Amino acid sequence: MTTSLKNFTMNFGPQHPAAHGVLRLVLELRGEVVERADPHIGLLHRGTEKLIEYKSYLQALPYFDRLDYVSMMAQEHAYSLAVEKLVDSQPPIRAQYIRVIFGEITRILNHLMAVTTHALDLGALTPFLWGFEEREKLMEFYERVSGARLHAAYIRPGGVHRDLPRGLCDDLYAFVSQFGRRLNEMEELLTSNRIWKQRLVDVGVVSQAQAQAWGFSGVMVRGSGLPWDLRRSQSYEIYDRLEFSVPLGSRGDCYDRYLVRVEEMRQSLRLLEQCLVQLPPGPVSSGDAKLVPPPRAFMKHSMESLIHHFKLYSEGLVVAGPGRDTYVALEAPKGEFGVFLVASGGSRPYRCRIRSPGFLHLQGLDWMARGHLLADVVAIVGTQDLVFGEVDRLFPPPPVHVSFPPRDL
Amino acid sequence: MALDRFLLQLPLRLVRFLGGLPAPLRFVLREREFSLWVPPLALLPLLALVRTHSSLQFSTLLDLTSVDYPGRSPRFQLVYQLLSYRFNLRLTLRTATDGAVPSASGLFPAANWLEREIWDLFGIPFGGHPDLRRILSDYGFEGHPLRKEFPLVGFSEVRYDDLRRRVVLEPLEFGQQYRHFASGLPWSPPLPSPPPSILT
Repeated sequence: MTTSLKNFTMNFGPQHPAAHGVLRLVLELRGEVVERADPHIGLLHRGTEKLIEYKSYLQALPYFDRLDYVSMMAQEHAYSLAVEKLVDSQPPIRAQYIRVIFGEITRILNHLMAVTTHALDLGALTPFLWGFEEREKLMEFYERVSGARLHAAYIRPGGVHRDLPRGLCDDLYAFVSQFGRRLNEMEELLTSNRIWKQRLVDVGVVSQAQAQAWGFSGVMVRGSGLPWDLRRSQSYEIYDRLEFSVPLGSRGDCYDRYLVRVEEMRQSLRLLEQCLVQLPPGPVSSGDAKLVPPPRAFMKHSMESLIHHFKLYSEGLVVAGPGRDTYVALEAPKGEFGVFLVASGGSRPYRCRIRSPGFLHLQGLDWMARGHLLADVVAIVGTQDLVFGEVDRLFPPPPVHVSFPPRDL
Repeated sequence: MALDRFLLQLPLRLVRFLGGLPAPLRFVLREREFSLWVPPLALLPLLALVRTHSSLQFSTLLDLTSVDYPGRSPRFQLVYQLLSYRFNLRLTLRTATDGAVPSASGLFPAANWLEREIWDLFGIPFGGHPDLRRILSDYGFEGHPLRKEFPLVGFSEVRYDDLRRRVVLEPLEFGQQYRHFASGLPWSPPLPSPPPSILT
C-alpha cells in the first residue's frame, strides 16, 4: 500500500520565542523535514538609512546603537571610523585603546547573548541565567562611561565622548580576572553535554566555498575554517599592537561555531588585559575643533570655543567634498559590519548604507536548513546569531505624541 | 602595511588582465580604496572575471548598494563591494544606470537578497533575477522609499481603529509638516541637503 505525502507550509514566527525577534519564516515541510525556508523580513524596518540622510553626522550616530542592540559600540565604532575617514582625522592613541577595550567588551556581551540564548532555544536554561549575570556587569561598564546600559553613543567621530571614569580600569581588571572561570562554568554545562552536541554537531554545515559565495563573515566563516578576522587581516585602531589568536572551526557546523564563540570570548579577555596594561595617558578625542566640541570649561572663557560648540550642535560637523564616499568595515561580533557613507558636502550625509552581517547570514538559512528537521531550524537560527534590528535596519519608534491623562492622585 | 602594498598592486593586476574588455573602464584609487567604474553591459563579464581569475579571486560579494542622484543622467549609481580572501584585497565596482541591470545572483548567490533590497528601496529592476520580490518594506507597500523624491514621512500611516476593531491603513495626515532645518553658513547659500543638485 502506498500513501501519498503532501508538503505543507507553516509559519514559524513572527512571534515565536526562538525566532530571535521578528522573523517570519515560511517553511515548507515534508513531514518534519524542511524542504524550503523562505524568511520574510522587514517587520522591524523603520528606514534608518533614509532617516540618516536627514540628520547631521552626530545625530546619525545613535541610530547605530539601535541596529544590533546587543553589540552597540561596535557599530558606533564603524560609523565613527567612516566619518573620520571622510574628514581625514585620526583619533588620539588613548582613544583608540578605549575603543578597543569597549569593542572587546561588546564582543563578550554579544557572544554571551548569542551562546546562551542559543542554548536557551535548545532547552538549556541555566547558561542563560549565568551568562546574563555577567552581561549585567559588562553593561555596567557601558553605563559608567556613557550613562546608558545599551545605547551608549560613546564612541564618536574624533575619539570617544569622555575619558574613562576613575576606578573603571580597576573594576574592569577585576572582571577580566574572574570571567574566565565563569566561562569554564558555562562550558562545563554545554561543551561536552550530550544533548547539546546531539543538537549541534553536523547541523547547519557551511563549507568554505559556500561561506564565501554567500557573503558570510565573522564566526560564520571562521567556523568553517577560513582564517579571516578583520582585526588581524585588515587591522584597524591598535589591534596590530596586541596579541591574540583567531580561533577556527574545522567542520563548519553549529557546534564548531559555538566553540569559536567561546574561544573568542577568551581571546577578548586577553585583549582586554593587554589594553589595560598598555593604556597610555593623553587626550581621548582629537583636537580638531571642527570635529569635536570643546570641553565645557573652555567655553566659559574662550569665545572661539563657544562658537565652535554652537556651530557643532546647531549646524553639525561639515564634511567637505560633495560626492566623496567611503566604505569602512570592521569586525563586529556578528561579522563584517560595514558603513558606506556618501558626503553631501554639507552637514548631513547624502547616503548612508549599512552593511549588516545578519542580513546575508539569514539569506543562507534556506540552504542551511534544507533537509534538516524542524527543530534544527531553531539551532540554525541560533547559530547565525541573528538580531533583527540589524537585519531589518531598525530605528527606535518615534516619540509618540500622547499626552498622558493626569491620573487621580 | 601589507594591505597597502596589495592595494597598489591591484590596479596593475587588473589592467593586465582586463586588456581585452571592450568597455571604457575608469580606475580610481583614493585613500586605499580602489574602485572601478564599468558600464552596466560590462558588469557581468567583469564580475565573472574578477571572481574566477586566479590572481584576483574576488570570491565574495560583501555588499551591493545604490545611491540616487536625481540630477544626473544615469540616475542611480550601483556600488559592489568585493572581497578577495585569498589576497586580502577589496574592490569597489561601480556602475551607473537608469533602467535594468543584469543580476549578479548567478555569479554571487549573495546578490540575491541584496538585489531584492535595491529593487525594494530604489526600484531598480535586475534582469534575470530568480525571485525579485520586495524584501524590507511591508506587504502591499507602494513606492521606493530610498529614492530622493520619496518623502521621509511616507504617504500612509497604519493605526488601530477602535470603532472598526482592526488595523487600518490611511493616507498620512500631519498637523504640522516635517520641518527640515537646513542650516548653512550664513555667508554662503544654504545647503539644499535632500535635493541633490550640488552633487551632479
